[in-house]
Amino acid sequence: MTTLQESAPTKPLRQPAFGVGTLAIVAGLIAAFAVPAIADDYWLSSIIIPTVIMGLAGIGLNLLMGYTGLVSIGSAAFMSIGAFSTYNLLLRAPFLPLPVVLIIAGLIAAIAGVIFGLPSLRIKGFYLGASTLGAQFLFEWLFTNFSWFSNDSQSLTISAPRLQILDYDLQSATGRYYLVIATTVLLIALAFAIVKSRVGREWMAIRDMDVAASVIGIRVARRKLLSFGISSFFLGIAGALWAFGYLGTADAHAFNLDKSFQILFIVIIGGVATIFGNFLGAAFIVLTPILLDRLSLIIDLSFLGDQGALANLQHIIFGTIIIVLLIKEPDGLSSLGRRGVEALRSRARSSN
Amino acid sequence: MTGLLELHDVSLSFKGVRALNALSFSVAKGEICALIGPNGAGKSSLLNVINGVYRADAGDIVFDGLRFEAIHPQKAAHLGIGRTFQHNALFRRLSVRENVLAGLSRHGNASFFENIFRLGRDGAERQGFLARAERTMSFLGLDRHAGRIVSTLPYGLQKRVDLARALVAGPKLLLLDEPMAGMNQEEKEEMSRVIREVNRVFGSTVVLIEHDVGIVLNLASHVVVLDYGRKLADGAPDEVRKNPDVIAAYLGTVH
Repeated sequence: MTTLQESAPTKPLRQPAFGVGTLAIVAGLIAAFAVPAIADDYWLSSIIIPTVIMGLAGIGLNLLMGYTGLVSIGSAAFMSIGAFSTYNLLLRAPFLPLPVVLIIAGLIAAIAGVIFGLPSLRIKGFYLGASTLGAQFLFEWLFTNFSWFSNDSQSLTISAPRLQILDYDLQSATGRYYLVIATTVLLIALAFAIVKSRVGREWMAIRDMDVAASVIGIRVARRKLLSFGISSFFLGIAGALWAFGYLGTADAHAFNLDKSFQILFIVIIGGVATIFGNFLGAAFIVLTPILLDRLSLIIDLSFLGDQGALANLQHIIFGTIIIVLLIKEPDGLSSLGRRGVEALRSRARSSN
Repeated sequence: MTGLLELHDVSLSFKGVRALNALSFSVAKGEICALIGPNGAGKSSLLNVINGVYRADAGDIVFDGLRFEAIHPQKAAHLGIGRTFQHNALFRRLSVRENVLAGLSRHGNASFFENIFRLGRDGAERQGFLARAERTMSFLGLDRHAGRIVSTLPYGLQKRVDLARALVAGPKLLLLDEPMAGMNQEEKEEMSRVIREVNRVFGSTVVLIEHDVGIVLNLASHVVVLDYGRKLADGAPDEVRKNPDVIAAYLGTVH
């Protein structure tokens, strides 16, 4: 046993890390709120806003998948519930301020999440993933076939009533950006508070070994359902922001299976059981197609014939990049970043 | 005869294969009871029935005055039955400290909102948990490894983390499934010492499974021998050692 005790334990660098951490948070907040001063409307509307919202949706799924170990491929359904709830609340209860509406919409999505989380008490893994598809198809069908949800609009679309907080108009790109970033910052703080609490620890225990979690007295069923609820709360708010902070006008097909898979890729590419990694994953998902578009404009690809072939080629390249990334970096982009930070730190230490 | 744990005619079968056959025995409060028997004798199945991972087909169990035919594992934990596993069932991506803290989950009384917003009972809970975890880790010599991710630890230390996770909650009954499997003689003796200490200092009654008969007969005050789901012998180590059935079936003939 003595030999075992001699192996060097890794001491957490708590004191200095705390100072650096606080500094990083303050710097990050300042940077986040200074973005509209640097970025123009195109960057804000087409790149930054969708990246932030998809990152937020990634957090939602990551709480369920990365922290609790439960698979879902119905994430977009809960986003659509948030979007349609927000629309109807703003329309039918106009006296409610926007932040309250977003919270209620999140809670409605959370209730749906708990209900569709019930199968997780009996099945897991791939089969659970397949059962969450039920949510995906049910809500897409519901919102396209019952026009009440879109206020009987002919096109079945929902457009945001005026977005405002305390008479401050949020319709401009800058206004929408501030709505999105403020909501996201608060939800990031909430996500950290949850994963650093007993609840987060119990989720991770269930993820790593559910039988052992049960045997030491963790209320596994209750915790799983809570995870579905909280995950869907995040996804619901992300969906509302996607519909009204980014798209402006949306229908149920904006939240189709494709969107669910995108969120799944964000979690896998960004890194499971991370919070900030989701934004790396989201940036990848949003930026790569744009970059491929730009690239195809530069290179002469007329030999391909039509536009359809070009689009397919882009999909193939996109898929290839994902596969290569997952082989080279199975823990996601965030572990790449973490290794970079550690390398810098050890260099700083050795130079001291 | 009343004990902390009593089994009455407990039977269990898997698809027609009898794992436990009308098994009855009693474990007195404060003793170290060893279950021995060849592979497939039903030892692990028995532990799984006691803490509710498996459901017995027949018979009942009395624990601490409470009679039940089947129990949910969470309920068993809340009654004070702790458990370690034959094959490490640690939370592999968490640190040693987090694993031990998770063992305290059943003592958490703060609500969800108190927990995540650090209000009300959360502060006392966090501090109390940390203090108990630190005490248990230093008792088992794990304090130096508290920050390590458990999957990076050597096997022997992982076994200790498993024990710490069960022990930290202060169980009345501690079920240890082969706590010394895969250890060398020196490590086994060290683990025996730890188990004896746990029994003495924490007052936990211990039921353990171990194959090394030499170790068991020294450590335990009560030995139950199983063979094909049936009880072959039950008594003090010296009686069991002399029992002709046991010698024939398990210990081998002593010349």
